[in-house]
Amino acid sequence: MEATTADRVPAAQPVRANEREPLSRRLVRQLGKAPLNALLAFIALLWLIPTFGLFLTSLLPADTIGSQGWWTLFSEPSTATFDNYSELLDNDTITSALVTTVFVAIGGTALPIIVGAMAGYAFAWMDFPGRDWLFLGVVGLLVVPLQMALIPMFSFYNSVGIFDTVLALVLFHTAFGLPFAIFLLRNFFIGIPKDILESARIDGASELRIFTRLILPLGLPAIASLAIFQFLWTWNDFLVALTFGRDTQPITVAIFSEFRQFGANIDVIAPAAFLSLVVPLAVFFAFQRYFVQGLLAGSVK
Amino acid sequence: MEASATGPEVRPGRWRRHRVTIAFLAPAAILLGIWIVYPTIYTIVRSLFDRDGTEFVGLDNYGEIFSTDILVTAIRNNAIWLAVVPALVTAIGLIFGVLIERIRWSLAFRIAVFMPMAISLFAAGVIWRVMDQKDPELGAVNAGIGAVGDAIDPPGALSTAQPSTKDLGGSPERGISVGRPLNAGDVATLGLTAIPPEDVPGDAEQARKPEPVAGGVAGVVWNDFKPGGGKPGVVETQELGLPGVTVELRDQGGEVVSSAETATDGTFRFEDVGDASYTAAVGPATFEEPFSGVDWLGAKLITPAVMIAYIWVWAGFAMVVIGAGLAALPRDVIEAARTDGANERQIFRRVTVPLLRPVLIVVFVTMLINVLKVFDIVFAVAPASVQDDANVIALAMWRTSFGGVNDFGLGSAIAVFLFLLVIPLLLFNIRNFRREA
Repeated sequence: MEATTADRVPAAQPVRANEREPLSRRLVRQLGKAPLNALLAFIALLWLIPTFGLFLTSLLPADTIGSQGWWTLFSEPSTATFDNYSELLDNDTITSALVTTVFVAIGGTALPIIVGAMAGYAFAWMDFPGRDWLFLGVVGLLVVPLQMALIPMFSFYNSVGIFDTVLALVLFHTAFGLPFAIFLLRNFFIGIPKDILESARIDGASELRIFTRLILPLGLPAIASLAIFQFLWTWNDFLVALTFGRDTQPITVAIFSEFRQFGANIDVIAPAAFLSLVVPLAVFFAFQRYFVQGLLAGSVK
Repeated sequence: MEASATGPEVRPGRWRRHRVTIAFLAPAAILLGIWIVYPTIYTIVRSLFDRDGTEFVGLDNYGEIFSTDILVTAIRNNAIWLAVVPALVTAIGLIFGVLIERIRWSLAFRIAVFMPMAISLFAAGVIWRVMDQKDPELGAVNAGIGAVGDAIDPPGALSTAQPSTKDLGGSPERGISVGRPLNAGDVATLGLTAIPPEDVPGDAEQARKPEPVAGGVAGVVWNDFKPGGGKPGVVETQELGLPGVTVELRDQGGEVVSSAETATDGTFRFEDVGDASYTAAVGPATFEEPFSGVDWLGAKLITPAVMIAYIWVWAGFAMVVIGAGLAALPRDVIEAARTDGANERQIFRRVTVPLLRPVLIVVFVTMLINVLKVFDIVFAVAPASVQDDANVIALAMWRTSFGGVNDFGLGSAIAVFLFLLVIPLLLFNIRNFRREA
């Protein structure tokens, strides 16, 4: 009889889950969702299979990798081997490409954050003529496709002699990371309570001191989001490195060099590609919250 | 605060403060100036010069964009991308976002779908290049399609079989039949060859030519081959019957009047067939070829194949952004609609979607920009031989400038063309931003 009264009350009075609701009704409600749960489980599986498939492909023995689908490992799990990975670590091109990737990603992350934070602070808390228009101009640069800079920088790098260097890649990533960095950090810094800054200024703290001791620590959440974003962007870059790298090539370009015989070189391509995505995936899982925040700041604002 | 920015009073530390301001802005200004502003101007000017940059050619390079076949293909493909992908990604994001609000493990789902966003588009391309291989033994997509297809319409048990003598008529497509008319009391011999040993059913026994049946038609279907050859058309020792094969009895018009399964020794029989004359045939289903794979990486399907890979990457982005928008919706409005008796579908169409409109537009426009610049994933998924067919604007720009042709004039023009397409979206973004600021 309690159930009948509960039936009369529509969901307008939301029943808190686990509270009061009889077990039988909860069970029915959950069972009613079985098709939805099954559908979404199927979709989730669909989304996971490709990456998982690449991983399993990389575990196939080198001599059968070109004639065997990765799912055959389910019936013969004992044939799985890490040999392709140990071969890879003896491959100088791949190992030096991994080192290059690390350097480019670290440089291409640190530099735009430092430079962007300085400019972001200036745009947020310093008065100067044309500030808002200048800031708008920087935001406008956000959507300049980097294709616009490939040809001029190709010539420029050659003439100043830094073509095919880590520096060339880092500076390119820094410049194209800056508009977003300045945009994001300025918007975050402007939310720092004015009183804190004013009192620091009255106490005679220099701008540099305020920047390093106040702004940077207080801006850490935004800086973290940005760092993750910029790190993934530079780590994952292909286009810039393909254009400005010859011997200095990060992992993406090194993998691409193996493409001429995709089927024959799959024993190098699959493990190298998987290695290249282990780091971004680790970053993603470790810092999911910041990742999503940065994404939201970048697209919704 | 605003007053002090524009106020006329000259404070003593003003010049010093401007010097500090300049110091804070200078690094960014130099980097943006040299790497973005100067190249933008350079590329625009460069697009008006020829390949070597020595001769002014006006807008000729732009004319070439619309008259060169592979560039026209690139523009057409990119138009297809624009028409299909942003809408699809936004729709998928919306559907996922709404559905996962009703399950308990939404975080796990979100992680699964969002994960590809962390991977480079290049690596995503490698992943899908492996998935999309044509051979169903290698490519998971075709393996999946094959498995489903074979479950619905199983391939023939003897897909490679051929008639063993010229006396037999028909073809694998129409079914292999006895060449002469059969009447009651006749025996049909249907010898087949070219059957790989693994296709012969395990329960097959020595073939036997059956005795005639009064008023009926009897016969045998057997593997008309034995080591050393044997005599075609004759059932011999060591030749196995083919059990489980469907034999059709057809009338003179070719209509199937009856069908029978062969026994372990390959024999079959049709009782009481009457006076008419017939033919017996092993039906075409027996010879149906197994699924040989969709050519995803071929010229025809390469663009859809790359699009699927791209949607796989970006669906998570749309889902998360739209999900955040959903979470921020005013609950009381939805509850009010529910109290007023609106059903879930009405709430979705009349309340949720209109309220979400700004977020949906943001996702859609962001995807338009992304799709205009799509490059890495096309480069990775499309084999070099079909890149002309898979071409998009950014890929055409790179291949023209650095891919062997090295025409910086035309390459610059393509880059400017891309830039011009992005500008309206850029203005939209800035307007959005100013409204919020």
